Amino acid sequence: MTMTVELQAPAVATPQTASQPRLTRLARPLLGLLLPLSLALAWEFAVRAGWSNGRLVPPPSKVFTTIADLARSGELTRHIVTTLSRVGIGFGFGVAAGTLLGGICGYWGFARRLVDPTIQALRAIPSIAWVPLFILWLGIFETSKVALIAVGVFFPVYLGVTGAILSVDRKIVEVGRVFRLSGPAMIRRILLPAVLPAYVVALRVGLGLGWMFVVAAEFMGASEGLGYLLIDGQQLGKPAQIVAAIVIFAIIGKATDWLLEIATAPLLRWQDSFARQSGAA
Amino acid sequence: MLQLASVSKVYPNGVHALERFSSEIQLGEIIAIIGGSGCGKSTLLRAIAGLDRASAGTVTLDGEAISAPHAKVGIIFQEPRLLPWLTVADNIGFGLSELPTDERRERVACALARVGLADKAKVWPRELSGGQAQRVAIARALVAQPEVLLLDEPFSALDAFTRKDLQDHLLDLWADTRPTLVLVTHDVEEAVVLADRVLVMRPHPGRLFEEITINLSRPRDRNAPLFEQFKRHVLTALDRSLDRTVPDTQGRREPGGGLWW
Repeated sequence: MTMTVELQAPAVATPQTASQPRLTRLARPLLGLLLPLSLALAWEFAVRAGWSNGRLVPPPSKVFTTIADLARSGELTRHIVTTLSRVGIGFGFGVAAGTLLGGICGYWGFARRLVDPTIQALRAIPSIAWVPLFILWLGIFETSKVALIAVGVFFPVYLGVTGAILSVDRKIVEVGRVFRLSGPAMIRRILLPAVLPAYVVALRVGLGLGWMFVVAAEFMGASEGLGYLLIDGQQLGKPAQIVAAIVIFAIIGKATDWLLEIATAPLLRWQDSFARQSGAA
Repeated sequence: MLQLASVSKVYPNGVHALERFSSEIQLGEIIAIIGGSGCGKSTLLRAIAGLDRASAGTVTLDGEAISAPHAKVGIIFQEPRLLPWLTVADNIGFGLSELPTDERRERVACALARVGLADKAKVWPRELSGGQAQRVAIARALVAQPEVLLLDEPFSALDAFTRKDLQDHLLDLWADTRPTLVLVTHDVEEAVVLADRVLVMRPHPGRLFEEITINLSRPRDRNAPLFEQFKRHVLTALDRSLDRTVPDTQGRREPGGGLWW
């Protein structure tokens, strides 16, 4: 999600307004691309001109060739599918567990007092510290990888759900009481919709962590996946392959986040938020 | 008939918000409860609504004790409290979910038209002005056809013009089905414009101080001399209620109560 703060020209400059909106709408994203593109071009030029051999920092053209080669051999698809499915399954388990436990602890004070301290203590452990244990318990194959990702996704979702339920406005809940809603109806008609915006944010944070943890997971002995491409590039001295994998991570990570945003947007149409006013551009 | 029998409320922190408040309110009566801050007027209203339970005493509606929100009792709060994720029409129909869709739609449309917001049915609450939002809140409470409608300073957050407008509108709506209205306010003019009876309350602890019957015919002219007279009457009562040196004219002080002061 991009948030652009509008710096509008003073009203004095009215004559050219007719063509200006379209121009600014096109120019604004381009403005953001200006810096990375010119840096890439400058580096490309520096390598071509022979000022640098580009061995450790490959020029953009070489990165693109690497991606194209990987794509042509079909390897790229295989790696992407592997990584995507790991993130997908891990995210699914993490979200399910986080939502369930978060919902119970948010709604039911006794469960919160019973369970929440333990979860908070577990949260204090850097999740990567689980890696050796997971490998011992679950082996070096898929299960341990998915488990690690699920752990990474779980905490932000759990925290988001409990926090959101606890901060539901008492005044809104009272409206439900006045209309004599039963427990389940109160959850369905008041709590769920009230919690939804914060839940979507929690999902997006969780997804971000899922992408972070898939790299860690694929560092622990994978034979395919984008993380494997990184390790492979390091061990065989192929920096172009590393940069290529990083670029693909960036693109897919952003794309999944965007998909999540698109999928949840219809549910949040009612929101009167800062993003609606300024992020529309 | 709404019966309040020595309703008392002591909060867990030991504050006596309300002490032995008794009154009988007939069906279709409009009651205004007025008093300084801390006189327990909102506490009383919440007890009638069944949102908070009284520590002692009973609230009965047509002989039925009220201890939880009741189908025949509606409430309008100081803020509209619309559900932001529902459109205006869905907000109004919120309490009618047990009705068949057709009937619900019809009643909602009728209520919307009645508060003059027929064109806002599909709009989100955030797009409404303060006055419009409060109208929707009124429609949401009235569409359930309550026998008693409680109003907790419903217009205090609005500007003077909108407030006056909504007071007249409320009377207009009241005339449709003539429910009992119990209105908590701190606006003397509002009390005199709307009420058949004004109950002045006294703080620390909250008690009934004086009861003033407003026998003016409706619609009431806010500029009439008699109206002014009633306003002054309520104001002086209010002043006396806040003045601790004035002895309680109703002789409601208990023995030993003087020591407390």
